[in-house]
Amino acid sequence: MDTDVIQGTLDLLILKTLSLEPMHGFGIARRVEQVSRGVFKVNPGSLMVALQRLERAAAIDGEWHQTENGRRARFYTLTRAGRKRLDAEAEAWTRRAAAVARLLNAQA
Amino acid sequence: MATPRTAWRTLTAGLRVLLRRDNADADVADELAHFATEAEAALIADGVSPDEARRRVRREYGDDTRVREQMRDAGWEESLALAVRDVGYAVRRLRRDASFTVVICATLALGIGATTAIFSAVNPVLFRPLPYPDANRLLAIADRSAAGAPLDVTFGTYRELASRARTVEAFAVFKPWQPTLLTGGSEPERLDGQRVSVAYFQALGVRPAIGREFLDEEDRPRGGAVVIISHGLWTRRFAGDPAVVGRQVRFDGYPFTVIGVMPAGFRVVQAPTAEAWAPLQYDPALPPDGREWGHHLRMIARLRRGVALAAAQRDIEEIATHPVIEFRRMPWAGLAQGLVVTPLQEEVVRAVRPALIAIAGAVLLVLLAACVNATSLLLARGAQRRGELAMRTALGAGRWRLIRQLVTESVVLACAGGAAGVVVAAAGVQALVVMAPAALPRVDAIRFDGAALAFAIAVSALVGIVIGALPAWQATRRDPHDGLQHAPRTVAGHRGARSVLVVAEVAVALVLLVVAGLLVRSLQQLFAVDTGFSSSHVLTLQVSAADRGADPVATRQFFERALAAVQVVPGAEAAGWTSQLPLSGDFDKYGAQVEANVAMDATADASALRYAVTPRYFDAMGIHLRRGRLLDDRDRAVAPVAVVVSESFVKHRLPGLEPIGQRLHLGRTDLPWYTIVGVVGDVRQASLATEGADAVYITTEQWFFADSVLSLAVRSSGDAASLAPAVRRAIWSVDPSEPIVRVSTLGALVAASAAERRFAAVILECFALVALVLAATGIYGVLSGAVTERLREMGVRAALGASRADLLALVFGQGMALAAIGVVLGAIGAVWAGHAITAMLFGISPLDTTTYVMVTVLLTIASAAACWAPAWRASRVDPVAMLRAD
Repeated sequence: MDTDVIQGTLDLLILKTLSLEPMHGFGIARRVEQVSRGVFKVNPGSLMVALQRLERAAAIDGEWHQTENGRRARFYTLTRAGRKRLDAEAEAWTRRAAAVARLLNAQA
Repeated sequence: MATPRTAWRTLTAGLRVLLRRDNADADVADELAHFATEAEAALIADGVSPDEARRRVRREYGDDTRVREQMRDAGWEESLALAVRDVGYAVRRLRRDASFTVVICATLALGIGATTAIFSAVNPVLFRPLPYPDANRLLAIADRSAAGAPLDVTFGTYRELASRARTVEAFAVFKPWQPTLLTGGSEPERLDGQRVSVAYFQALGVRPAIGREFLDEEDRPRGGAVVIISHGLWTRRFAGDPAVVGRQVRFDGYPFTVIGVMPAGFRVVQAPTAEAWAPLQYDPALPPDGREWGHHLRMIARLRRGVALAAAQRDIEEIATHPVIEFRRMPWAGLAQGLVVTPLQEEVVRAVRPALIAIAGAVLLVLLAACVNATSLLLARGAQRRGELAMRTALGAGRWRLIRQLVTESVVLACAGGAAGVVVAAAGVQALVVMAPAALPRVDAIRFDGAALAFAIAVSALVGIVIGALPAWQATRRDPHDGLQHAPRTVAGHRGARSVLVVAEVAVALVLLVVAGLLVRSLQQLFAVDTGFSSSHVLTLQVSAADRGADPVATRQFFERALAAVQVVPGAEAAGWTSQLPLSGDFDKYGAQVEANVAMDATADASALRYAVTPRYFDAMGIHLRRGRLLDDRDRAVAPVAVVVSESFVKHRLPGLEPIGQRLHLGRTDLPWYTIVGVVGDVRQASLATEGADAVYITTEQWFFADSVLSLAVRSSGDAASLAPAVRRAIWSVDPSEPIVRVSTLGALVAASAAERRFAAVILECFALVALVLAATGIYGVLSGAVTERLREMGVRAALGASRADLLALVFGQGMALAAIGVVLGAIGAVWAGHAITAMLFGISPLDTTTYVMVTVLLTIASAAACWAPAWRASRVDPVAMLRAD
């Protein structure tokens, strides 16, 4: 199932992914897909826009590295502000998800 | 999330994209390429064949242009880039239509410039705090007359308040002082100054920059002659020498010790020209018949920190209404009506506020008219551009995109107009300052400054959006086919809107014309009042014999000899001294007690203007005798004292009595009674609008002290002004060291007394004229456009037998109908506006018929003139040519 990731969620997923280790764009996309077992499929356009947005918001830092085959790759690292934001958003998300789950269970 | 860090990152990242677009694009391309490479490698690692992997990746990630666009749209820089492109396009377009651009810019420059200039004047005067620390804690306090009008306070009231009020940190009273300064070698100079109570500077919150303030023991009778001078006087007369403090200077012939110099920016808002301050030195024992109980002091107070205005008002009111035994009050200063407590800022601008607000309202109407005119022109232009817009729509531009482009154009126009407007405003501010009447407070604060510039920019941006919105809406409204297929011929939509705008312009013009007309008519009425004297051919000037100081004999002698010298000047018909001149700002009153009516005098306002004059003063001024005799050479120092009173005095103080032979006291009550020997007509003293107050005339010789400053009135057989040099020489032939000031003709004094009204009237006249021209061009523009669009229709009408007169009447009628609607709507606004300025009118009703009739006639003529050319063109249409052209 392909789900276009809504903006806020995508930010959260990127931050979470980068909290493990610095990564480049494809790494992030692949990891999100793998961990979510294909529920979330990230297209490069949305991902790049989200990365630009997060970088401008100082939640992540981007840095160019040289790859072994002589091409440039951009690696992203979570900043301290980004970690704080991740904690806050993860908390909010969990709370909301739990609430939704409770609601659904109650109706069933 | 807008921390400085994110703002900085957003800014720099955006700027990098804007400035190095190629680099930014290359970055995106590289990142995507890397993405693709990795994706391909991942697929291969998952067991997909390399060819298949490449194909899949290309299918999914191939289009990096789209990604680039997505990223661009997400950043702020793209909106900016778009705006820059729109501005560039707008500038190119506007340059192509140079005449259109110039007309709109000029219109807007006038509107924005005038508005900004008026803002520069109104903002500091009405809204900027007074130039003192914590200026909002400053109050002005006045006594209240039996009639409820504000009245100067007495020293007694000041003493009582100063010891009883708990909410006030410092009280101070002051009165004007005009000493003559003599410094060795240079010419004597009459200064404006103030006599002030001890805590004056403490109340204002400003300390001397050099030296010290007054001490308590200096503000007592015989407390020593000390003076504090302004920074201006210090640099002008004492070369900015700090050693002047402690030195003695001669004021009015007395040695004064300079004890302080005020800082450079210090100015007294209630007396901007004051340059020297000396202690009041009134008697704290408050003798009942002394000057301590005269209503001639103005009072200010500084609230304690944290005390609200209302609390202070209650406190002071409480004191006024609850006399205590320790503080005796005179019957005329019993505070029975309470005291008037107002913020000082309000008090300073009270007199000019209505005029300034009227002017500000008027200038907004001018700006409105300019905007309406510009909108109308843009509407017409929008109709002509429908082809272009339809083309862009067909090429995929959305409606909002087009509106944005069009509004950008109007904002560019408005900014160009605003830039020219700034020049207009800077010149306008200069003109305002030059024209400003002397009584306008805080003129020194009026300048074209940063606030004015910011205002001009804000107004320009706002005007750009306002004038652009409607035309952009209209122009982008139609279906694209319509515009592409046939050229504008029968486009009528915008004309409806333009007609509405023309009506608005006429209405605005009518309102402004009526207001200006009412003010001008008020001025006429004002100058038509009977002043009580004849102002032509009279020269006036003021001479100070202050250098003779305390010697009354020498003072009287000097004035006597100077008068004798003036009387033999060729061309001088009659000359006389007076202690105060009408309409010159002099206002000198003394308590008057009438023998026959002593009981009445105790409560009512018993003061009368005191004129100490020489006998020929009445002839020089042309003041009319009503009963009895004038003062003459019989009324010498040794003779029984004779006085002449005004008609108002008789009416108020001696109702139903034969005035001649009645006796009165003026000022001092311990002297023999003065006998009334004659009655003269009332003279307008304070202003043309103030009807004659009670007045008592006495000869200078019989008055109980020698005034050291007298004004001279000389009636000349020819031009009064040309007599001035000879009169001056005559006075100086007696003593060349006495300063002669305020040289003016009586006519000029009369004119100057209405300077504030004239100021407002002249400005309103200018505004009304501009609005009239805008309305006329508006009518012309709409009709002219309508005729161009309807030429074919006119041709058909002509072909069907309409005569030239018919066509003329058709167009003419259309234009005049618009004007008529505008006049009717404007009249409604004018009634309201006239009502709002009632306080500024004199002698006429706000519904003055003459004004309304004249204004309507003027507008009709202007409208008819504007209709004429288009109507004429319509009537000349050649039906054959017109029909063939199709």
